[in-house]
Amino acid sequence: MSNYFFFIGVPYAAIVIMLVGTIFRYTNFGFKVSSLSSQFLESRELFYGSRPFHWGIIFLFFGHLVAFLFPRSVVLWNSVVVRLLILEIVAFGFGIATLFGLGMLIIRRLKHRRLLMVTTKMDAFVYVILLTQVISGLWVAYFARWGSAWFPTVLTPYLKSLFVLDPDIIAVAALPLSIKIHIVSAFVLIGMIPFTRFMHFLVYPFSYFFRPYQYVIWNWDRKKIRTSRKLVNGVRSKNN
Amino acid sequence: MDIRSQIAMVFHLDKCIGCHTCSIACKNIWTDRKGAEYMWWNNVETKPGTGYPSKWEDQEIYKGGWVKKGNSVLLKGAGKFKGIKSLFHNSNMPVIDDYYEPWTYQYENLFEAEEGDDQPIARPVSLITGETITPKSGPNWDDDLSGSEEYAKNDVNFKNLSPAEQESMFQLERMTMHYLPRMCNHCLNPACVAACPSGAIYKRGEDGVVLINQKKCRAWRMCVTACPYKKSYYNWNTGKSEKCILCYPRLESGQAPACHQSCVGRIRYIGVMLYDADKIEAAAASETEDLVDNQLAIYVDPNDPKVIAAARENGIHDSTIECAQKSPVYKFVKTWGLALPLHPEFRTLPNLFYVPPLLPTMAFVNEEGVYETTTEHFWGAIEKSRLPMSYMASLFSAGNEETIKTVLKKLMAVRLHRRAETVGDLPEEESKDAMRDVVMDKETADDIFRLTSLPLFDQRFVIPPAHREEAMEMLESTADVKGNTGFGFKEPPVRGL
Repeated sequence: MSNYFFFIGVPYAAIVIMLVGTIFRYTNFGFKVSSLSSQFLESRELFYGSRPFHWGIIFLFFGHLVAFLFPRSVVLWNSVVVRLLILEIVAFGFGIATLFGLGMLIIRRLKHRRLLMVTTKMDAFVYVILLTQVISGLWVAYFARWGSAWFPTVLTPYLKSLFVLDPDIIAVAALPLSIKIHIVSAFVLIGMIPFTRFMHFLVYPFSYFFRPYQYVIWNWDRKKIRTSRKLVNGVRSKNN
Repeated sequence: MDIRSQIAMVFHLDKCIGCHTCSIACKNIWTDRKGAEYMWWNNVETKPGTGYPSKWEDQEIYKGGWVKKGNSVLLKGAGKFKGIKSLFHNSNMPVIDDYYEPWTYQYENLFEAEEGDDQPIARPVSLITGETITPKSGPNWDDDLSGSEEYAKNDVNFKNLSPAEQESMFQLERMTMHYLPRMCNHCLNPACVAACPSGAIYKRGEDGVVLINQKKCRAWRMCVTACPYKKSYYNWNTGKSEKCILCYPRLESGQAPACHQSCVGRIRYIGVMLYDADKIEAAAASETEDLVDNQLAIYVDPNDPKVIAAARENGIHDSTIECAQKSPVYKFVKTWGLALPLHPEFRTLPNLFYVPPLLPTMAFVNEEGVYETTTEHFWGAIEKSRLPMSYMASLFSAGNEETIKTVLKKLMAVRLHRRAETVGDLPEEESKDAMRDVVMDKETADDIFRLTSLPLFDQRFVIPPAHREEAMEMLESTADVKGNTGFGFKEPPVRGL
């Protein structure tokens, strides 16, 4: 019964809450969407925390994504033992970097009183859930080897079954506790996105790469009003 | 030709008395909030000095502004590659200690302290942590300290002087200073706009005011690095960047910005400049010694029929063109050539121009070791001035000493002329020589004198109406923004999670 709750109920609830919540927050509370950088109050120690943490977690995220989207390729890659070892060691390295960075970030935040002033309860939650996620991930990588070998055959079908609305949890239910924790905390993390600063990775500035450097906004382009043939003339500012 | 209109400013530095009324007016209206206490959208610095934030002019530290690359310019410390690469940790960003930690005093202790043998005191407490602190730096900490080891000697503008020359600067007889009021320049080639990854910063087409959309800002902090004048500030409480908005709600209703209106020395002029937007890139990418000339060439003559036609074609209202024709800024910058941009080598094409101060250059020490303040040696004074020309050139003309000398000679010619007119103790020849030297006629000199010394309110501030009847967008939801300190939306500006 609890397997149904944790591997069907929690995932769907998390995804629905994430979608509804982020859209609602983005459209209605734009002012509150921010990465809430604290670099302005403390910069030197942030370097040793933020950089390893972010690069590490980005690599791990895309690693999981690749294993989900291209399970065959991953299995093929792992058919040579050396390649499997390289992949696992590199991934584990990034995991260690993430854990190191996260540890630095937590220590930094507790150490400086200025930072405590800009720390909310949800920030504490973010640290707890990230710690759970990273430690359980490293645990799984070490004790349930080799992750990249069994993920494509066990977890990819499960995740796919979730997406096609036909959840199949037989394989997942038989997994060891450490992996179960890792899965559940991942979905909790997803579900908490709209309520935490996790929001900031959804607003990553991709559009920056595609826009010209300078940006001029005309409140109401009179030139276009004059040449327009439409009933409702002009160009409305896209500003707000 | 793509003619646009821009609200531009002139600050007459000889008239600045360093009273900080502008800063206080601005602070009272805009930055008296949690997280914004340390911000001074407008501040007045003592030069020589390190300024606010400390050493802001040194782009080797902060990597602000643009650098020339071929026929174009690149952001020095931000941009699509450099900026995004350092999103997780921005190594070139100033932190709060480079400004100062804001504080207040425990005033209530003066009233509520237990009766005792000692006088109760109001101890300073940090406005960030609430703990008692001992302030080690603060707003205008270096006010008037132009000869100090800590501040003046670290002024970046001395870098072109030899160590011996620098040493001689700090002899008691040569010590001098002037004030430098600074605010956002609302640049034509704004580095903050270009550096903003989320596209929150934009330039308004109608009047060229540069603004940050508080709803789109995501605290990537690139504007703080990119602005070479360090006039974009990070609000540590809300997690959003903020900057001078040129009091646009006042501007739109035809009033001067608060810092301008309140200026005690009446040093500030504001008016419309018409410019050719097609020339921006080329001007920003010109050789260092041509930067000032090429920037001034962007601004076009508002009386030229061709310009007027092109401006109308672009939808600029007749009243704006009229204001451009009466603009005091155009007179100072273009007609008379008296005002120069601050640090043009940052290549942002700032729209705030300074009439350089004559005062520090005038008096000098003669052979007997006493101050020579008579009018007999005006021309010699420029070469022997207390502040070396290379210092002034570093501030106002990207190192081009001829440019700054020409301006100072013009200012002196006006003074000689007026002295001959009003006091009459100068041989007429001397004032005529001075005028001939800088190619200036009597009428021009009198005009300069009048707009400098006796301007009326309406002559200093020539602001076109915003034409709300045509710009309906501006009219929308005016009731909503009431009480929201200009943020322009109903949602209370509180920190997110």
